[in-house]
Amino acid sequence: MAETLTFRFDVGGEDFTSAGQASVQVKKNLRQLGLPPEIIRRVSIAMYEGEINMVIHAGGGIAEVRVDEDKIEIALSDHGPGIADIEQAMQAGFSTAPDVVRSLGFGAGMGLPNMKRYTDHMEIRSRVGEGTDILMRVDIPTA
Amino acid sequence: MTVRELAALSGFSAAALPQPERVADGVYIGDLLSWVMGRAREGNVWITIMSNRNVPAVAALCDAACVVLAEGVQPDEGMAALAAEKGVNVLLSTYGAYETALRLHAALS
Repeated sequence: MAETLTFRFDVGGEDFTSAGQASVQVKKNLRQLGLPPEIIRRVSIAMYEGEINMVIHAGGGIAEVRVDEDKIEIALSDHGPGIADIEQAMQAGFSTAPDVVRSLGFGAGMGLPNMKRYTDHMEIRSRVGEGTDILMRVDIPTA
Repeated sequence: MTVRELAALSGFSAAALPQPERVADGVYIGDLLSWVMGRAREGNVWITIMSNRNVPAVAALCDAACVVLAEGVQPDEGMAALAAEKGVNVLLSTYGAYETALRLHAALS
């Protein structure tokens, strides 16, 4: 696998209850590539949390997954309201999600912390009023 | 024990059974989806009272053997069909989460 393999998804923002489609698809694709189950699990959980965030807060966005020999990168990009205080947003339990989202079992302020926890590296770039870009990386251990 | 066998337990029934021969191994109980996603293990039976369309996605991501909706909760509209499409087994239990877990424990040990 010398070339980078890229999967790109448009994450729709209109229907919260169908969120997660891209992550489930990525999981299937990574399985077909024969990657270790724990790596697949971490990538798909981190991506799902990101996908849910884009649907809840930003009206959707773009998700790109790049698979290399030694790493998988997940890039999320949206044109939502942006994050004013990233440090605060990273705290477990901090949430600005509306009640309707909480009633569905989300919005407990664990999305960003989970994304950090399940990846080896995470970078957030956000500008209020413009949007948010998140880059996550999961390293693939060499055999 | 397979999910098909669990579905036949007294008080249990199947709402979606696309993978009846999946083997159940252990139980996880939780309703906070972000929590479940990170902690439920592959092959677990996941007991919850959440019945919306995000549940099949979470079950698929954590490779749960099946979801059990406890307390007599019925799936939301379209949830069972979505689960069937994603290959996620969904059972219904008339018991509370604790009693459901006890019965599963007895069946699985």
